[in-house]
Amino acid sequence: MAAIRAEGLYKVFGRRPDDVVRQLRDGASTEEVAAQGATPAVIDVGFEVQPGEIFVVMGLSGSGKSTLIRMLNGLLTPSAGHVHVGGRDVAELDAKSLRQLRSEEMSMVFQHFALLPHRTVLENAAYALKIRGFDKEARDKKGRDALNLVGLSGWEDKLPGQLSGGMKQRVGLARALAAETDIMLMDEAFSALDPLIRREMQDQLIDLQKRLDKTIVFITHDLNEAMRLGDRIAMMRAGRIVQIGTSEEILREPANDYVAEFVKDVDRTRVLTAASVMEPVSSPAASTDDSHGGYDTVAADTLLADVFAMTDRRPLPLAVVDGDNQTLGVIREQHLLHAMVSADAGQDREQEASHG
Amino acid sequence: MGELLQDIEQWRLPLGRWVAQFVDWLTETFPAFFEFLTNVLLGAYEALADLFTWPPDVVMILILGVLGLLARGWKFGIGGTAALFLISLLNLWEPAMETLALIVGSVVIATVLAIPVGIAAARSDVVSNAVRPVLDFMQTMPPLVYLIPAIFFFGVGVVPGLIATIVFAMPPGVRLTELGIRQVDQEVVEAGHAFGSSPGEILRQIQIPLARPTIMAGVNQVIMLALSMVVLAGFVGAPGLGQEVLSALSRVEIGPGAEAGLSVVILAIYLDRVTAALGTRSGTSGRLAKLKGRLAKAK
Ligand SMILES: Nc1ncnc2c1ncn2[C@@H]1O[C@H](COP(=O)(O)OP(=O)(O)OP(=O)(O)O)[C@@H](O)[C@H]1O
Ligand SMILES: [Mg+2]
Repeated sequence: MAAIRAEGLYKVFGRRPDDVVRQLRDGASTEEVAAQGATPAVIDVGFEVQPGEIFVVMGLSGSGKSTLIRMLNGLLTPSAGHVHVGGRDVAELDAKSLRQLRSEEMSMVFQHFALLPHRTVLENAAYALKIRGFDKEARDKKGRDALNLVGLSGWEDKLPGQLSGGMKQRVGLARALAAETDIMLMDEAFSALDPLIRREMQDQLIDLQKRLDKTIVFITHDLNEAMRLGDRIAMMRAGRIVQIGTSEEILREPANDYVAEFVKDVDRTRVLTAASVMEPVSSPAASTDDSHGGYDTVAADTLLADVFAMTDRRPLPLAVVDGDNQTLGVIREQHLLHAMVSADAGQDREQEASHG
Repeated sequence: MGELLQDIEQWRLPLGRWVAQFVDWLTETFPAFFEFLTNVLLGAYEALADLFTWPPDVVMILILGVLGLLARGWKFGIGGTAALFLISLLNLWEPAMETLALIVGSVVIATVLAIPVGIAAARSDVVSNAVRPVLDFMQTMPPLVYLIPAIFFFGVGVVPGLIATIVFAMPPGVRLTELGIRQVDQEVVEAGHAFGSSPGEILRQIQIPLARPTIMAGVNQVIMLALSMVVLAGFVGAPGLGQEVLSALSRVEIGPGAEAGLSVVILAIYLDRVTAALGTRSGTSGRLAKLKGRLAKAK
């Protein structure tokens, strides 16, 4: 069962949201309803997040990411549609069960930190545990552990006002980690961090996720970050999800010009793998050939950046092999070059036509 | 036709009579209630007045001086003590303490009423919209007008003075409590919700602490308004500096009038500065902590 399932979600700010949802369902454009004074922030969004998955929502400023994530834990009530967490419809929970869901099953990291300014860093980190009624000793211990994890040991007794933006962000992260919930909602959790710490936190998140097997919904407007972290990525534009897929799928087959434009700046060598650019072997016989056609070999999940790095030692073509040393395909020079240019315009238009 | 026009010209809306009739009806219908209220308020006032006049003048002045010192530091502590001592030198200490008792009594009651109303108004637009015109009414009605029905309900003396003061002084307490709570960063409140806090926990642990400076500014305003009203309350026989002002006024004596007026000003400035300091973080608690630290070092 999916950890989180969103179905036909709409959120309209402003007057008569029900009416606006009806109009949108009938095909009205965002501009048309905006003229009536309504802001459709999220439009007909559906997705499933599997347990243990990092699901990234990616989009420009104002595309509705924060609004979407706030509907997942019921901070905002959808104008239409449903959110199911662990099989329960969030909108149908009574106040007590909703509080329980929030304190025991899903924690949140806020874009603008949202720390309690009158509480110390340690008290902030342990906030969720206080709500859950842990005694002070247990709270302090878990709070300290979480602060340690985000590199803020020694700052426990400071007030948030005495911290830099990046440090506040890490306190927010520690607060969510200390809650030890299975699901974490992270709204641009790393955007206030400098590049070095940001990378470190990304690595830590990946590592943490491997160890603790959390389900994470991660919001970002940085595609490199999205591709680095995300098992799957949902591309959002003006309230709608325009494409959901793995990094490779989005990179290789952007659903439209908007996505293609985004993908342009991505360091493709750090996303694409050997398997995704190779020319698959045609005959099954060839795949069992132990000599690999006389070529040097490379593992299927090797990043292109690493493939490039090894070409001075192992000349192209290379045979791509799986874990059992079976040949899966071949990489020639033209495959590498082709992978480096983004999907060309002609191919793009073809896809536009088939998707629209 | 002409007669009718004349009649209409002479006719006026008997609003005043209706109000008077309504007041009559209230006093006749709920005599026990008004009696009870009178006894409670009178008892509270007398207890406070006894407490404030119980220690010798000098002791009380020193107590207030030390409070000022804790709240604002050495300069204010010394200056405040000197100024309060001046009241005593003018032989007005007892009426000043009676006035203080009136203020403390009315401010405590006004605050206890105002803060919950302000909180309710902050949490519900309906309440807010209902409360606002009432507050406007309370604040803009000329203060002396309150005294009339107050006398009607409670006779002459302390109690009508207290009631009029409470009504007049309460509005900024409500308004600033509402404002303070509405101004709390919405994302911080959301964080409270996101981690499963109940509305009560959010109110106690987030909204009220963060709104505290604004709420305290409201309490400060309540005190200032109470001070101005409590002097007027002398007109209905409430004791204190108001009586001194009134007697100077009725005899057109500049000297005693100036002395009583100066005493009111000293009391006002003292209360304003001390309560303003309570609203800020570096107020009492900070200074107390510092003092404790210094004492610990001295040992
Ligand atoms: N409470 C609100 N009332 C009215 N409109 C809102 C509200 N919250 C968000 N919006 C509107 O909804 C749209 C989406 O906002 P949202 O905050 O979800 O964007 P975002 O993708 O998180 O952007 P950013 O990357 O800048 O955080 C915006 O047009 C915004 O103006
Ligand atoms: Mg946002």
